[in-house]
Amino acid sequence: MAATKHTLVAIVQDKPGVLNRMASLFRRRGFNIESIAVGHSELPHLSRVTIIVNGSNAMVEQVRKQLDKLIDVVRVTDITGDNITIRELALIKVRATSATRSEIIEIADIFRANIVDVASDSLTIEITGDEDKVDSMLKLLRGFGVREIARTGRIAMVRGSLRSLPVEEKSLKSRTKNNRKEMN
Amino acid sequence: MKKTGAQILCEGLIEEGVEVMFGFPGGVLLPFYDTLPQYPQIRHILVRHEQGAAHAADGYARATGKVGVCMATSGPGATNLVTGIANAYLDSSPVVALTGQVSRPVIGKDAFQEIDITGITLPITKHSYVAMETGSLAQIIKEAFYLARTGRPGPVLIDLPKDVMQEQAEYSYPDKVDLPGYKIPTRGHPTQLKNAARLINEAQRPVIIAGRGVIISGAGEELKQLAETGQIPVITTLLGIGCFPENHVLSYGMAGMHGSGYANKAIVDTDLLIAVGMRFDDRITGEIKGFAPNAKIIHIDLDPAEIGKNVSVNMPIVGDVRAVLQALQKQVDAREHIDWIKQLEEWRKQHPMTDIRDGPELIPQYIIRQLYEATGGEAVIVTGVGQHQMWTAQHYVFNEPNNFISSGGLGAMGFGLPASMGAKVGRPDKTVWCIDGDGSLQMTIQELATLVQDNIAVKIAIMNNGYLGMVRQWQDLFYDKRYVATPLAGPDFVKVAEAYRIPGLRVTSREEVTPAIEQAMEHDGPFLIDFMVEPEENVFPMVPPGASNIEFIEQPKKEVSTWPQQSTP
Repeated sequence: MAATKHTLVAIVQDKPGVLNRMASLFRRRGFNIESIAVGHSELPHLSRVTIIVNGSNAMVEQVRKQLDKLIDVVRVTDITGDNITIRELALIKVRATSATRSEIIEIADIFRANIVDVASDSLTIEITGDEDKVDSMLKLLRGFGVREIARTGRIAMVRGSLRSLPVEEKSLKSRTKNNRKEMN
Repeated sequence: MKKTGAQILCEGLIEEGVEVMFGFPGGVLLPFYDTLPQYPQIRHILVRHEQGAAHAADGYARATGKVGVCMATSGPGATNLVTGIANAYLDSSPVVALTGQVSRPVIGKDAFQEIDITGITLPITKHSYVAMETGSLAQIIKEAFYLARTGRPGPVLIDLPKDVMQEQAEYSYPDKVDLPGYKIPTRGHPTQLKNAARLINEAQRPVIIAGRGVIISGAGEELKQLAETGQIPVITTLLGIGCFPENHVLSYGMAGMHGSGYANKAIVDTDLLIAVGMRFDDRITGEIKGFAPNAKIIHIDLDPAEIGKNVSVNMPIVGDVRAVLQALQKQVDAREHIDWIKQLEEWRKQHPMTDIRDGPELIPQYIIRQLYEATGGEAVIVTGVGQHQMWTAQHYVFNEPNNFISSGGLGAMGFGLPASMGAKVGRPDKTVWCIDGDGSLQMTIQELATLVQDNIAVKIAIMNNGYLGMVRQWQDLFYDKRYVATPLAGPDFVKVAEAYRIPGLRVTSREEVTPAIEQAMEHDGPFLIDFMVEPEENVFPMVPPGASNIEFIEQPKKEVSTWPQQSTP
């Protein structure tokens, strides 16, 4: 089965050791995570974890179910294939001389990125977007000398009206459907 | 009312119905042990090694279906529990492990006997807690017991800092848990049930393979009804032994690496495998491609993560095994599978399991059969891990659930003695036999002292072959008989027993077997029999590691003769 990129969203309880439990599970079951981002959710005491994993449908389904078994994990939804918005933020410090500075600023403008710091020999750029956008800008900046990169993990949300939120009932149904598809 | 943490813990244990716990004290546990006499309802059994406490709690849990409780101090006490916790985890046994921890101000400072036990046990517990506030201890205890015994059972650990035990807090026992992330599937999905029933009604050569989930869920009766209605042969896993009476006409014993030839053949040939409360362990499936290659598979299990983990299935049903079987049974037609069952009976004749080689040698198979006869199949049998464990699974006939207690998933040598201790404490009315190997027993032999101190009347039968027999068998069959690190110079076990003030006997011939067993059972208290068995006896049949189940090796032909024709019970 072909490996594809999957986006999982986990709602977890704000309790000590939750991330440790999740990370331990990934390691033990041999799952590779490409990206993980954690932050508060709209609900008090609950955090939202966005996980990007590369794998076959069956493998990712196994990851999802194993995560769901953790007591502190309230629910996990695979939102791959849904109409989703994915964003990450990157800070890039690039070498800049008086000769190259304006060209770099121009590139940043094209990507609607912000210059957040200017020094005599460098510029720091803040960019928000999906992975491709960040990568494209990075590619253009490489030639100037990229000195430092800091990227957040990716966060994701399903587009559309309130009803399309990944509520539990819905995810349960799609889960069984996926199951059947795989099994046959 | 204000109580100390130690008092809250005791109150909580009593609220949860704990009558007995297996433990070993230490510095940070002193506040607890000092409080314990205020609660005489809790019987504390002092083990000789914390591994024994964990296995005893596990054995107690399996024998009774109740939660087993063990306790160890911080640091080495806690790490000594690890094997027992892992064992309970892999075999889904409800255990609550309580560990002492250093006081809160020094946590993280590498204090004396400080170890991160929740970190160490993260992958081998269903859940764990560090009780950082005395005020939340009662809630933690409530949740820990709830988690351990519900859903797919498993071990839950509570780490207890010393000063939390000493500090006072307002106490009232909570009446409910707050676990939004914990879901227990109940009934199977109606459509899946309907489709499964259709598959069963259409199948020509169906087979049920039943695991420990049937025992945990208490679904023996439902399984029997389903099998009888559809006339479906029943095979079990190692840990499923007893979930279906082995003297039933539809019982075809255990499958897998040391399963019967006919069970393994049935799985290869079946067109519909109904897997119930089992998880397709590699010791059952053998090489996965050769496992049920011609079959559609229905998988009934409580744990959604087990569906499709090792084997892809056609019809998953997630739910409580008992509820699912009840619902399924109503939709299954009364059928007969005359040709299929005739075929199975033919295989049973070709690859018999009940025959025991005639001759003068004292072989373990003979002893186990005599143990079965002498106990009328009524005893609780606990084993260690190794050849003796497989011979027990093969030659004792188990007709009731919870009578066969063995370390399956972890395969932990040393499980036998402490687990049988727990089983006997949990079911004092039953005769409990610990069938062990000379290697396995020596891993936890110190618990003989516990048997004496607490007068726990476990009967011990050692299959003493002077080898680490199962490893030697692999060396025999797959490593050109190079017996490296397997010859085992054991002690005089009868003298060891005597030193612990346990009576014992040595048996070297077949004639002595039954009288020795009878003497052991007549004795009021623990008893040990050292059976000096044929040193190089192998367990057959055997599916070589990595091979398909159909490639099982049988006892070399010349050695087989049919010994007093047994009527299959």
